[in-house]
Amino acid sequence: MIELEHLTKTFGVHRVLDGVSLEVPDGQTTVIIGYSGAGKSVTLKCIVGLLVPDHGRVIVDGAVVQDLGREELAELRGRIGYVFQFAALFDSMTVAENIALGLVKRGHDPATISQRIEESLGVVELSGTEDKYPAELSGGMRKRVGIARAIALKPRYILYDEPTSGLDPVTSAVMDQLMVRTRDLGVTGLVVTHDMRSAFCVGDRIAMLYDGRIRQVGTKAEIQATSDPVVRQFIEGRP
Amino acid sequence: MRRLGVDSVPIALFIAVFTGIVLSLLSSYIFTGAVPLYFVGALVGKTVMMELGPVLTGMALAGRVGASIAAELGTMKVTEQVDALETLAYDRNAYLVVPRVLAATLMFPVVTAFAMAVGVGSGWITAVNLLDLSTPEFFKGLKLFYRFKDIWFGLVKSASFGAAVALMGCLRGLDAKSGAQGVGQSTTRAVVLGCEAILVLDAFWALVLL
Repeated sequence: MIELEHLTKTFGVHRVLDGVSLEVPDGQTTVIIGYSGAGKSVTLKCIVGLLVPDHGRVIVDGAVVQDLGREELAELRGRIGYVFQFAALFDSMTVAENIALGLVKRGHDPATISQRIEESLGVVELSGTEDKYPAELSGGMRKRVGIARAIALKPRYILYDEPTSGLDPVTSAVMDQLMVRTRDLGVTGLVVTHDMRSAFCVGDRIAMLYDGRIRQVGTKAEIQATSDPVVRQFIEGRP
Repeated sequence: MRRLGVDSVPIALFIAVFTGIVLSLLSSYIFTGAVPLYFVGALVGKTVMMELGPVLTGMALAGRVGASIAAELGTMKVTEQVDALETLAYDRNAYLVVPRVLAATLMFPVVTAFAMAVGVGSGWITAVNLLDLSTPEFFKGLKLFYRFKDIWFGLVKSASFGAAVALMGCLRGLDAKSGAQGVGQSTTRAVVLGCEAILVLDAFWALVLL
């Protein structure tokens, strides 16, 4: 389980996180919604140790992320897949090489690596693109390769940073299906998005990040029935 | 190593050719009527091997290699590729910085060695064709003050220039702020810092080794 305890993070004079506390239960997909710039991506980066919170703790499987040494952090990252907002594929590498990179680091043999590449590209329905470069792919395909790169490692958790932003409705729906399929494989998901259609499609639990804190967290039904005016305004998309 | 070294050979040789020509003509202008003209060979050899070969090659490569590294890593940084690398459990310094610094440290002396040879060669051709100097006279001057230290002094300096240029490129690139403007600023800063580092190291080696 991933637990966030009173996280604060300040950039310059701007306090982005101001006491974020949240639990991400195993086997479910939790969605963090919130306005642009609310600190959703910062929260994800704190979980994998890309950013260090000023105060508070990130606990993954009982271990406090900030207290981990380099080796332990690398081991932890092996359990967490990360799908970046703009895919963050290595543009000098082919699709297959992108997916293989994490597997090579974990010492898998070439046969296993080939098999994992084939499997993960099959899951995201991009078989046959192994030799293509990221520049030859559309935005949606790149995001799917990003998911393939994450699931190839068979992680326990996957963090999705705005997985449907900038995509057309059909491709967004495909991404949602992929996230649901990944959860059905037993992977715990944490998604940050401001796309409410996607949030209600993939989320078992939804949390709203507002003003540096979690404003409300609950099941889909609880969020849909909320009486909190801020959450209501956001999920209804009212100005 | 191919990109940092082999691809940089043409610009280094271009600079070396014209450096040799100018040195030959300049030394003839200085020496005529005062010192025997075969000292042209001595001045061209010493200057190209010990100073202008390593420094001018280093400066040219600071622009080419330093900018290339900073722009590449800066783009990786702002497109979150560096973050992606870390989430895949790679150490950014071990994977991105160390290989580039090692490659530049090894390849700068190689490129500089070519530049030294071409610089002396162009100085010799200039002396024979444009000055009143024969080949034996030029080489008499070249050998007169030559010591093996002249070459390794230049090559040691060059290796340190390579390390400094690559390190500045990596540090500035990995420190790039978001957007094209941020990458541009980091690239410019990397080139400036690389050139400054070369001049400081040049003085340092002169103090330590001469």
